[in-house]
Amino acid sequence: MNREALHFAVRNGKLLVGLAVLLPLLALALLGPALAEGDPNAYVGTPAQAPSGEYWFGTTMFGQDVFAQFVYGLRVTFLVGLLGGGLAALIGMAVGFTAGYRGGLVDEVLNMLTNIVLVLPALAVLLVVNAYLGVRSVSVQALFIGLTSWPWAARAIRAQTFSLRSRDFVDLARLSGVRTWKIITREIAPNMSSYLFMTFILLFGGSVLIAASLDFIGLGPTQGVSLGLMLNNAARWSALHLGMWWWFIPPGAGITVIVGALYVMNVGLDEVFNPRLREL
Amino acid sequence: MALRVNDLRVHYRTLKGEVKALDGVTFEVGDGEILGLAGESGCGKTTLGKSLIRMDGRMRHAGGTAELDGAELPIGDDRAMDRFRFREVSIIPQYAMSAMNPTRKIGRMVDELLRARGAEPDGAELRRRLDLVELPHTVLERYPIELSGGMKQRMVMVISTLLDPSLLIADEITSALDVSTQKAVARTLTEFRERGFVRSMVFITHDISLTYQIADTIMVMYAGKLAEKAPADTIVTRPRHPYTRLLISSLPEVGVRYSDRRLSGIPGSPPALLDPPAGCRFRDRCPLAFDRCAEEPPAVEVAPGHHVSCWRS
Amino acid sequence: MLRLDAVTKTYRVGAFGGRTLTAVDGVSLDLVPGEVVSLIGESGSGKTTVGRMILGLTPVSGGSITLDGAPVRPGKDYYRQVQGVFQDPFSCYNPIFKVDRVLQMIREEYFPGTAGAQWEEKVAESLEAVRLAPALVLGKYPHQLSGGQLQRLLIARALLLGPRFLVADEITSMLDASTRIDVLNLLADLKSRGLGVLFVTHDLSLGNYVSERAVVLHRGRVVESGPTGLVFGNPLHPYTARLLDSVPRLTARWDGVPQEPVPDTPEPSVLVEAEPGHFVRRVPAPELRSVS
Repeated sequence: MNREALHFAVRNGKLLVGLAVLLPLLALALLGPALAEGDPNAYVGTPAQAPSGEYWFGTTMFGQDVFAQFVYGLRVTFLVGLLGGGLAALIGMAVGFTAGYRGGLVDEVLNMLTNIVLVLPALAVLLVVNAYLGVRSVSVQALFIGLTSWPWAARAIRAQTFSLRSRDFVDLARLSGVRTWKIITREIAPNMSSYLFMTFILLFGGSVLIAASLDFIGLGPTQGVSLGLMLNNAARWSALHLGMWWWFIPPGAGITVIVGALYVMNVGLDEVFNPRLREL
Repeated sequence: MALRVNDLRVHYRTLKGEVKALDGVTFEVGDGEILGLAGESGCGKTTLGKSLIRMDGRMRHAGGTAELDGAELPIGDDRAMDRFRFREVSIIPQYAMSAMNPTRKIGRMVDELLRARGAEPDGAELRRRLDLVELPHTVLERYPIELSGGMKQRMVMVISTLLDPSLLIADEITSALDVSTQKAVARTLTEFRERGFVRSMVFITHDISLTYQIADTIMVMYAGKLAEKAPADTIVTRPRHPYTRLLISSLPEVGVRYSDRRLSGIPGSPPALLDPPAGCRFRDRCPLAFDRCAEEPPAVEVAPGHHVSCWRS
Repeated sequence: MLRLDAVTKTYRVGAFGGRTLTAVDGVSLDLVPGEVVSLIGESGSGKTTVGRMILGLTPVSGGSITLDGAPVRPGKDYYRQVQGVFQDPFSCYNPIFKVDRVLQMIREEYFPGTAGAQWEEKVAESLEAVRLAPALVLGKYPHQLSGGQLQRLLIARALLLGPRFLVADEITSMLDASTRIDVLNLLADLKSRGLGVLFVTHDLSLGNYVSERAVVLHRGRVVESGPTGLVFGNPLHPYTARLLDSVPRLTARWDGVPQEPVPDTPEPSVLVEAEPGHFVRRVPAPELRSVS
């Protein structure tokens, strides 16, 4: 199965396009500090410069290097998305699979928990928690985002699991003496792998956006820079009206391109995993 | 002749090409006749039924004609067919459960349906027909979800024949029902014919034993083509096409003791219709196949009313 | 011997599970090796639930299921002896994997130490028993095979374990007539190899063809049981008679007599042995020996 999936994966245009967009951005984020040395928030040049050979993405209103900010911001954005989205996806999957497969009382208890977290005004809780605990690191921010944004994922996964559980192939696996967790991971989860990936993408995007909101109200990492913070700074200083497109387009495009590329990859993965779609 | 179908071809559009689901079928259905259309899955029987009333989006009318009471049916022209639907040709769908609008009370739905067709609802007649299928008049005050499967099936039968269509198409209407309900439903169909609610009928099923109970004529299809068509008794007792023979001999019967006697099936499977082989399509599975079968056998009338598409017949 | 003794299944329905619905009501039957028993019933008769309870897929609410006298505990040991095949062959395969996976699962769980060549031989042997050419089916995806092939492959899967009992739940109802009979013949083959088969069906003509004994289920209760010849040749319960009368045949058309609804057997009713081995549900008469 795996070798075959790979065979189709390397021939899948959508997947390759998605990767072709995503990997350079990831590389840029990882190698960023080498390319743009120094503090990305330092005032290095003439304010409000358009892109040039010296400052590839121009400078901000205050003379900060937009490219340096973009590169560092990209890194933070990936990190928040990965940690926050990943944690939320893990919790969502654990809760969703257990509730959907077990059913009965377990389902009811987990469902209640899910609904409680779901109706909590997540952003408000994050504000309070951040304000009290003084969160000042990216990973702690991601942790809080992850802990509050899983419920809808759990509900979606539970519903999918519920419908897959009643399929005969699950019964057949039970008749083959396969243990419950193995049925979940090897029979049910692969059937919704593209769905799970999609969930992760949405959680990833959600984390990025929540982080941007927190950054905006000054509850983000103190000394940080992120694409969200760049966007909000640009908005705050009316970059749009001033025609400083180089200030908001890179971070905006960065977020859009990352989430968009993930989405295209998701469609591609769907085709790789689903043999019916392969042939069309 | 009520229905005259001439070399009808209907293809399915798929990404790989056109599936020739119905590939040149010619037959007639007389006034007052019940034609049983039998065959295995993928033989084109449902495609034929659908093309006479409403083709779905993937179907394409690839040739041939169908004439009902002397007027040609505009197959493939969804708009023009509208004039015929319900009044001239009507259908009882396979899944009666989902054929009714769940948000309307049944009586109101029937009213709306009739008015949409420009007909004046006739309450007395409707109730007379409900009596006939043994449904209480109160069903009109209920929602579809409150009816059992068998009741819904009967309700849909009443609705689809309310305007006394000339031709009724019944597509696998009993396959989801229990044996005892199935018998009642099949009986009601013949009763509808006797009372003149419908003039003629195409009864589509995979179950030859069932179609034998109510059909006057049975038409057996194979891989998009007519294999054999004859009076019901002839098909069952003196079939001429090897496919019909093998099919009938593969059916176990109640009332027969088998002990160690074995029936046998037909080895192999029907050809893919995306690119069907030339010649007789049953050739690969046929024990009687010979050189000539590489050429397509025409449907020949071997006895009055008995058509067979086989060189060996 | 696989024995069901007064097995009952109830479900809680309605708001807060306030009402109970009895799907299976005191069903007793024995399955012995080398015999096909058909469990006949219409939709809602509880026949599928009985099959699922035997397979441990649905918990039993009352009564007991025993294998050689010991209460059944679903798990690896039990499934080595009792296996099942279901109605819809297409739904039994995980659509994203090749069909080999159903065999592979058996290998992983039961034969982890078996060497490749030895395993292949074993698979070839089971495929042979269901008359499938390995090259025709192995390495294919479910949607590339026909229903009959898939169903036979599932029987081959069960045979890998060398089970003593097989629950076959409506295994031919999705198949075309021309392939259906081959699957039925296969059950007869398995029987002659010593397997005990519970053939769950709504189709009386199939039950008549393949089984030695027949059990007729109506609304969760056994209304008649006995040797197939007696139950089908001399139906004693009005429900069985009505079913037989409704079956479309090629040898005769339905007569014109309208059907009367079958009255429920008045209470209290028990299964009564009307002739040797032939039981029917009746209001007990004092002179007849009651067995249930």
